[in-house]
Amino acid sequence: MKLTMASSPHNHSLKSVNKLMICVMLACIPGILVQSYFFGIGVFIQLALALTTVSLAEAAMIKLRSRPVWPTLSDGSAWLTGVLIAVSVPPLAPWWVVVIGACFAIVIVKQLYGGLGFNLFNPAMAAYVLLLISFPVQMTAWLPVQSLLNTPITLFDQIALIFTEATYSGLSLEQARQVIDGATGATPLDHVKTATGQSLTVQEAMDNNAFTRFAGEGWQWVNLAYLLGGLYLLKAKVINWHIPVAMIASLAVCSLFGYLLGGQAGVAFHLLSGATMIGAFFIATDPVSASTTNKGRLIYGALIGLLVYLIRQFGGYPDAVAFSVLLLNMAVPLIDHYTQPRTYGHGAKK
Amino acid sequence: MSEYKTLAHEGLWKNNAALVQLLGLCPLLAVTSTVTNALGLGIATLLVLVGSNVTVSIVRNWVPKDIRIPVFVMIIAAFVTIIQLLMNAYTFGLYQSLGIFIPLIVTNCAIIGRAEAYASKNTPILSAWDGVMMGLGFAAVLVILGAMRELIGQGTLFDGAELLLGEWATALRIEVINFDSQFLVAILPPGAFLGLGLIIAAKNYFDERQKAQTQPTAPAEKAERARVTSLT
Repeated sequence: MKLTMASSPHNHSLKSVNKLMICVMLACIPGILVQSYFFGIGVFIQLALALTTVSLAEAAMIKLRSRPVWPTLSDGSAWLTGVLIAVSVPPLAPWWVVVIGACFAIVIVKQLYGGLGFNLFNPAMAAYVLLLISFPVQMTAWLPVQSLLNTPITLFDQIALIFTEATYSGLSLEQARQVIDGATGATPLDHVKTATGQSLTVQEAMDNNAFTRFAGEGWQWVNLAYLLGGLYLLKAKVINWHIPVAMIASLAVCSLFGYLLGGQAGVAFHLLSGATMIGAFFIATDPVSASTTNKGRLIYGALIGLLVYLIRQFGGYPDAVAFSVLLLNMAVPLIDHYTQPRTYGHGAKK
Repeated sequence: MSEYKTLAHEGLWKNNAALVQLLGLCPLLAVTSTVTNALGLGIATLLVLVGSNVTVSIVRNWVPKDIRIPVFVMIIAAFVTIIQLLMNAYTFGLYQSLGIFIPLIVTNCAIIGRAEAYASKNTPILSAWDGVMMGLGFAAVLVILGAMRELIGQGTLFDGAELLLGEWATALRIEVINFDSQFLVAILPPGAFLGLGLIIAAKNYFDERQKAQTQPTAPAEKAERARVTSLT
């Protein structure tokens, strides 16, 4: 028998990878429920597809690498990746979109880099970006919230849309997502981006029936639900406060300046639309690909917030959480290098 | 004779310009979106490589060491100009679709690398053979990568082959899979990086397997260390 002694401190948080991942997935539940309330049952179908695919892909890759399958698979990290991919694709996207994304995330981004703990990039976000640049049409086909739809899409039609790309009565997704005034439903971020591109002011753009409150019907509640889940994660000490607080604060400061100086969309709009909250609490905080020092986490989060604002405001895409997270993943080794905390008793300032 | 064999093995596999030396990545990544483009650029590079290798080898005894690089570049540029004019005349469609990457063959490090490393030290015939093998190795990787990207990206092979080979080649176009929507990432530059990485991985895999087959050595016994410290 081999007894090993690690160096101090000897206390242990009693949290295994498995427990942490389960905790994060539980915290996603309010967000997923709200999302499916507003955008239909498609979210659950995408979840089932993504979870099946990641399990198969992970098991196949571990088998290829001659590692024990069940212990690695059951740490849950692949399932969390699957959940994040499933909630970030449009609920009625064709089934192969989420399957391709999940395979790419697990096979290329995670396992080819060496598996959990060695991936440079956040697998879910790398997969999302792959899908977004590969299938721009399918990946931007977000539904307007159900209450704004011309004809409500039934459960049966949603399943048909995902698997056959047409409803039972033969409508394509493009036709099914028409809203009452005949315009195609777009996400609030998308809408504001297009409208300001046509030299309307932000106020005019938001003066639309899709914008009943701060950030567009539906989306604000989805974001608030993810915020709730995120607060639970903070309370359970699964994540540190540094990254989400830094990211939200920097996005808020940037959008405040934009609002005061440039008449752009306000703070609440930026914080409660798109992927802000799920990004801040669930995606940017990925323990593998994020910065590992406390000072570094603050810098990492703040730069993500800044990039999200810059890309949303000046870039070509309506939302930017995935791009920002990937760009900052690349910067993490540098950030970590310059923010190493001082070892106790060494290198004190003179 | 064995010299020729070694050169062939080096150029096609062991020291492949694209897979091992990782030279000429810019055209490799930029133009391999279809088989046709890849084949066109591969042939152009092959011809330039052979021509420049022979010429460099012929003049190697008269070129002063100090200014050899500019001289080599001028020789290569002359051949590239010839190829460019020929392509402009005979394969105009391909000339347009390859665009800037034809003149950029001048800057392909694989060519100047062979001129410097081999042709400037060896006889013209050996140099020509080296150019052929290196060029074939490079072209083969281009074509494989082009085929992968075209197949995954749009589900076809030899799309637009008539630009390179003339009207009859329209029949070469194979529609392997019919996609409603293209898999854009394979056609965009990231797909080239991913594809090249996978091809290099495959080559390493074959090498490892061959090594394991030829020398089935028993794994060296690891010294059991009492205490393992890793302070690096």
